Amino acid sequence: MVGIYSPSLSSEWLVPGRNLFLTIHVLGVACFVYIVAKRFVPLVRAEGDPRFDRPLTRLGKVFKFWLGQWKHPRYRFAGTLHILIFAGFLLLATRAFSVLIVGVSPGFVMPGLSGESGRVYDLITDYAATIVFLCMVVAAIRRLVFKPARYAVPAKYGKSRTADAVFLLGLIAVLMIADSLFAASNAAGHALQDQPIEALAVFSLPWMLKIAIGSMPLATLWALNVTAYLVHEVTFYFLLCYRPFGIQFHVETSLFSIYFAKLERGTLKPVRWGVPDERLDQVKSFGVKTFEDFTWKHILDFYSCADCGRCADNCPANAAGRPLAPRFLSIKARDYAFQHYPVLGKANNGKPLIGNIYSEDEVWSCTTCGACEEECPLLVEYIDKIVDLRRGMIDDGNVPQSLQKPLKALENRGNPYGKMEKKKADWAKAEEFQRTCKVNTVDGNNSAGTLYFVDSITSYDDRMHSIGRSTSRILSHIGEDFGILGAAEKDSGHEVRRFGEEMLFMALRDHNTDAIKASGVQRIVTSDPHAYNALKHDYKDAPPVEHISQVIAREVRSGNIQFHRVENEDKVYAYHDPCYLGRHNQIYDEPRAVLDAIPGLKRVEMKRSRDRSFCCGGGGLMLFYEPKEEQRMGVLRVRMAAEAGANVIVTACPFCMANIEDAIKVAGLEGTMSAIDLTELVDQHMVREVCPVKAMELETATCGG
Amino acid sequence: MEILVCVRRVPDTSENEIELNPAGNDIEREELVYSVNEADNYAVEEALQIRDRVGGNVTVVTVGGEDDEEVLRRELAMGVNQAVLVSDEAFSGSDGRGIATILKDFVQKGRYDLILTGVQADDGAAQVGGMLAAMLDYPFASLVNSITEEDGKLKVSREIEGGNREINEIDLPCVLSIQTGINEPRYVGMRGIRQVASVPIPTLGASDLGVEKDSIGEAAAKVKRVDYFVPALSKGAEMLRGSREENAQKVLELVAARGGLK
Repeated sequence: MVGIYSPSLSSEWLVPGRNLFLTIHVLGVACFVYIVAKRFVPLVRAEGDPRFDRPLTRLGKVFKFWLGQWKHPRYRFAGTLHILIFAGFLLLATRAFSVLIVGVSPGFVMPGLSGESGRVYDLITDYAATIVFLCMVVAAIRRLVFKPARYAVPAKYGKSRTADAVFLLGLIAVLMIADSLFAASNAAGHALQDQPIEALAVFSLPWMLKIAIGSMPLATLWALNVTAYLVHEVTFYFLLCYRPFGIQFHVETSLFSIYFAKLERGTLKPVRWGVPDERLDQVKSFGVKTFEDFTWKHILDFYSCADCGRCADNCPANAAGRPLAPRFLSIKARDYAFQHYPVLGKANNGKPLIGNIYSEDEVWSCTTCGACEEECPLLVEYIDKIVDLRRGMIDDGNVPQSLQKPLKALENRGNPYGKMEKKKADWAKAEEFQRTCKVNTVDGNNSAGTLYFVDSITSYDDRMHSIGRSTSRILSHIGEDFGILGAAEKDSGHEVRRFGEEMLFMALRDHNTDAIKASGVQRIVTSDPHAYNALKHDYKDAPPVEHISQVIAREVRSGNIQFHRVENEDKVYAYHDPCYLGRHNQIYDEPRAVLDAIPGLKRVEMKRSRDRSFCCGGGGLMLFYEPKEEQRMGVLRVRMAAEAGANVIVTACPFCMANIEDAIKVAGLEGTMSAIDLTELVDQHMVREVCPVKAMELETATCGG
Repeated sequence: MEILVCVRRVPDTSENEIELNPAGNDIEREELVYSVNEADNYAVEEALQIRDRVGGNVTVVTVGGEDDEEVLRRELAMGVNQAVLVSDEAFSGSDGRGIATILKDFVQKGRYDLILTGVQADDGAAQVGGMLAAMLDYPFASLVNSITEEDGKLKVSREIEGGNREINEIDLPCVLSIQTGINEPRYVGMRGIRQVASVPIPTLGASDLGVEKDSIGEAAAKVKRVDYFVPALSKGAEMLRGSREENAQKVLELVAARGGLK
């Protein structure tokens, strides 16, 4: 039989094509189902995770991040490539299925794709296959020739994965060629036989292949046609079954990862879903100690990680040379899952993760800044995993000595410094300050509408007192009826929780919640983004809370706060987004609006700003931790500001201030670079009605009123 | 190995501001927070590590009052097998020798192969361990910063002047006073303490131990505290006010001049 019919009518090694292809179909699908079932086992054994709520919100995420590829353009070139490949795959999916069915049922046409619409679809997919093929070539060249740094695998994290990546690119390229050759040989054959010719899209891969093979005899074309079909079929199923063994698994899992993604920013998962606080005592083990202690969603994340390296590329810990790269948290866990839940053979599990795949320093190195999660195109979660691993270590008593002292001081004294409670409000008692601004303590006798939640560092760190005083002066300038808790305020516990000490956090939270309730305040303002995030997301029944930058921005808009001109025109300001104000709470514009409202203030943006802001080194307990690192994050950050042409870094967080001021000294930039808190800057430039020059504590402060 | 660790509850200097009371005969105790003496905590960790290597039990004991139960709970949460409070009104006012006498009687009630103390209490005189060993007629090594077990004996390393170490072999049973830094004590969180909240802590008094009343308590004390004072502040630190390079050079010279560099 010579001519171009359908592969199902061919005969391979004396086996009728139909039977051969049917066998491949059944085998391929069976293999895939079996492998995926095996991959499900750890998910079933994992901890629960309630992610089945709010389907519409979740579908919205799917539209934006999966179908819309929202995060991809953040890496312009790689992102564009990915969008092209993704779109190509989506377009080709129907064609691939029709082609597969044609092998069994000749003349099959996908419903809806007969006639004109089918011809248009074929033209589009001709181009799609061509584009995907070209993308494979470009991607392979990138991997082999240009070798972007973020794909490199440092020796401590295992072997290079370039070969695997290129192999997969090759397989997809083969699939595209086979698909195109099948279409081309069909068209060429039909042309020779004077049958209706399929139109091929001009300059597409099938179109070019058709020109190349157009002069071949019919028998050769038939052989090519059947061979192309066979290669397509085998490659398709090989890819399908090979994907669950590596980074390509995200083709299948990404849709689910994104649908089930975490919906709230700034929050942490509870120790155990479904166990209320008062029953936590009955939970035998806290946190993640073995692989199965992860929730099923977190294991799904491990499967979905595409190893694109964007998380590690943005991770400040990784940049500072700490032994942490978020990417490898996922990759190592996935390797562990594949090794301990093999496709063939029995599952063996139960090994502790710390000491086997993760190191202690790796887990303590994270500042929970959220840069990795912000960047991940697949919305993989890292902070919850890190905190769960820490909970496990805390539960086992495995805590660095540098953190034990502050944790114990927090337990005994309610602050990490071990300072006396009665000195908590000393910053507000300085005589000179009291003359400009009176700060009341709200208790049974005194009440106020607004609570200024000061938190530990601003209360006890001499340098940060000025942030507390500036905040108070701003609040009193705008006529806010406010007070502080004084000795009754304990540390917000934000970092205590993020360092995994949930019980201690709960004790601090309950104490503060009671104190806040007893004070009768209606709302809370804080100058500390960490306290802000804790009060907003970690506390259950606290009154509404605002960060001082939001208050200032509002008062500037309404005209209650007006500024006089900056004195020193040589100063160039760069605003550094604190992680817990920016990324975790999306407050980017307010502080900038305040800066821009100061007449004559020159402001530049650092390359890494807003949601790509670079963590200064971390707050709270991170100030006590002694990391293994090559350099300080703060130093890297200060250099970024210098690069942007700034000589003043404005921040809105006392921890950023501590880290950045230290870093300026370490970087040797004293005298050329300085740091100032937003509240201090506002305090300096506010137009006051009565000129309190004498009473001003800040040297540079002047009065324009 | 049966190991006994003697611990003590002290005001933690890192979490308190120690001030004299108006009478000048004691420190102001009103707002103090207490914790287990740091060196004792290292001793407990060391005992736990030895137990985990060679088997046996770890018991902690403290001489004190009801308030001292909190440190025993903390050590139970660390993983010791048993905690005992030794408490009696007759004990109050005992000097170091008195405490050592009480502990001696406690030790003789049980069977311990190894007795550990912290090298010194934050508010103590580093004397109980040595006296206890002498009263028991046990060998004693102080300032121990590593312990290994070998054929029914111990090899202990001791810190000696100048940061050097010497290695001693010591027969069991013995008393060792443990230096801080010998290990990294495990962390005890609130959860750990809550989990041992209902573990009973037996209390033994003078009669349970058969302590001779005339050898303990204030009456028998031969060392008495007569005064407390805060040393007058001496001249402040010397501030170097040169450039960074000059200062670095100057620091080098100063350190070398005082024998800090060899």
